[in-house]
Amino acid sequence: MNILVCVSHVPDTTTRINVAADGTAMDPAGVKFILNPYDEFAVEEALKLRDKMKGEVTAISVGADSAKEAIRQALAMGADKGVLIKAEKKDSFQVASMLAEAIKPLAADLILLGKQSIDFDGMEIAPMLSELLNLPCATVAVGLTIDGTKATVEKEVEGGKETIELTMPCIVAAQKGLNDPRYPSLPNIMKAKQKPIQELAGNPPAARTEIMLMTKPDKKRANKILKADGNPAAIAQELARLLHEEAKVI
Amino acid sequence: MNILVYLEERNGQIRKPSLEAITAANALGGTVSAAIVAADPNALTEQAKKLNVSQIFTASDARLANYSSRATARAIAEIGKQAGANVVLIGATGRGKDLAPRVAIRLEAGYVPDVIAFTPPSFQGGVGDDFVATHPVYAGKAQMNVRVTTGTKVFSTRPNLWKAASEVPAQEPSVQSGSIHFEDSDFAEKTIALTLSQGKLDVAEADIIVSGGRGMRGPEHWTMIENLATAFGAATGASRAVVDAGWRPHSEQVGQTGKTVSPTLYVAVGISGAVQHLAGMSSSKTIVAINKDENAPIFSLVDYGIVGDAFEILPPLTEAVAKLRH
Ligand SMILES: Cc1cc2nc3c(=O)[nH]c(=O)nc-3n(C[C@H](O)[C@H](O)[C@H](O)COP(=O)(O)OP(=O)(O)OC[C@H]3O[C@@H](n4cnc5c(N)ncnc54)[C@H](O)[C@@H]3O)c2cc1C
Ligand SMILES: Nc1ncnc2c1ncn2[C@@H]1O[C@H](COP(=O)(O)O)[C@@H](O)[C@H]1O
Repeated sequence: MNILVCVSHVPDTTTRINVAADGTAMDPAGVKFILNPYDEFAVEEALKLRDKMKGEVTAISVGADSAKEAIRQALAMGADKGVLIKAEKKDSFQVASMLAEAIKPLAADLILLGKQSIDFDGMEIAPMLSELLNLPCATVAVGLTIDGTKATVEKEVEGGKETIELTMPCIVAAQKGLNDPRYPSLPNIMKAKQKPIQELAGNPPAARTEIMLMTKPDKKRANKILKADGNPAAIAQELARLLHEEAKVI
Repeated sequence: MNILVYLEERNGQIRKPSLEAITAANALGGTVSAAIVAADPNALTEQAKKLNVSQIFTASDARLANYSSRATARAIAEIGKQAGANVVLIGATGRGKDLAPRVAIRLEAGYVPDVIAFTPPSFQGGVGDDFVATHPVYAGKAQMNVRVTTGTKVFSTRPNLWKAASEVPAQEPSVQSGSIHFEDSDFAEKTIALTLSQGKLDVAEADIIVSGGRGMRGPEHWTMIENLATAFGAATGASRAVVDAGWRPHSEQVGQTGKTVSPTLYVAVGISGAVQHLAGMSSSKTIVAINKDENAPIFSLVDYGIVGDAFEILPPLTEAVAKLRH
């Protein structure tokens, strides 16, 4: 089985976000970048399937040279090779288009992604690829089984789960719960350094959106802190009153 | 401006996030139409006639009895073209977030996900229909104002931020049943089952949420969380720590790797307020925390906080809330 995994390189979850001087982007100074956490589930699923059915796993990313680190992480987990599409990206449409261009000639049986990248939290790339590549797709997958030419995905939705049947080849975007991603072992981290990463020059189409302004939310909150101090019942009463009379939420 | 809103169905009803999108559309101004895509669109069409829209477009095909995101996206895009829509709005539900990017590709339109606000052009000396859409990024730690540069624009709107449309139209909307030619490949993916956890209000849809964290010490104490939730008419949520410990199901998890919620009221009990938890709930309208540690990070984000032992506060709070609501 020929499996592709799309990986993105994103700021660590605990990063403090500062807005850059131009007011439309994050200031990358001092920010640690990691392999997008949801992409770890995608890589793990790819490795499990490869080990069961034979074949090859390719990690592919669109971005600057630094995105190679995300690819290396996937290689250290066990992927066989990497592809970096070098380009500056302005929106998800550009990323999806460049991925689709690069993926078309690769005759993949399965394309795995994370359900969202934790920078812009878009959840856009997988459904966009589905349309651009004319392949069926299921997102927010917490279960995946493959049986010949058919894949079955459990998708998490509000209030429950959907079961989706897809014909192969197909696209699946992973949610937490799909599997437990492995930690790369030291020997595998060393081995990953020898694995090939092919570089392609990206050729982005015109972007379809433009970031006008990035800000930090400025919602002012009342921040009234009450201390129970030995009289929990009175404080509970007071909180209920505030919610009723001041916040008017009950 | 012509705005098309997709109406999503569940259990024979138009879903609330779709009704909220109708309100968002009417606030943007212009002519608002609705799209219904189903094997049998009649029941939903009757409900839609009571909404403040000028036209209802329906598309049907027997194969839609098994929901398919691709087929539905094709139908919405075709209807959008027929209706001359320059804006398509879709509620950002599990299905909506999968549909909207597809519709955008089909209409060669730019797309902004999970919009929390629109700023009309009049507020920025803008030209034409170029309003900007705001959407949270970096797990809510920042937000972006984005302009769509294509003629046709697609947005998904975050649930719970607009009121559900209830305004009745001056004139009953006209109904247009279009004929859409579906391809077999549209049904190469199909939903064969939807399993809902019975009777429980989901955190992603609830107007009030009471969440418990590790401070609750064990699953055996969850009746206290549930009782407070019942008093509020709320859903119950959980931090990742308690989900990982197996005390609560993952479907209740709020945060970066769980659900993003924006209820009117969010009550966090025994939750420290790690950034990954805040990522899922910081856009809630009113936030309350109960924690025995006055330095817990959650207190920096709350409207109201009680520093105290949850086991002592919850019973009298449940009683006081129940009294106020009855
Ligand atoms: C990649 C990644 C993704 C993550 N995603 C999520 C996510 O989606 N959601 C999420 O929640 N977390 C997430 N986390 C985990 C997060 O970092 C925290 O570990 C988690 O939120 C802590 O849960 P908690 O607040 O219940 O537990 P703790 O941090 O242990 O806090 C317990 C709190 O209870 C208080 N307490 C104790 N006893 C009492 C009492 N009797 N009365 C009142 N208060 C009491 C304590 O003072 C303390 O503040 C993620 C982490 C990572 C690395
Ligand atoms: N620059 C990128 N290069 C390769 N894959 C990406 C890139 N950005 C996003 N993806 C993939 O698309 C998924 C969803 O991302 P998004 O639509 O941006 O939320 C991610 O989990 C990745 O698998």
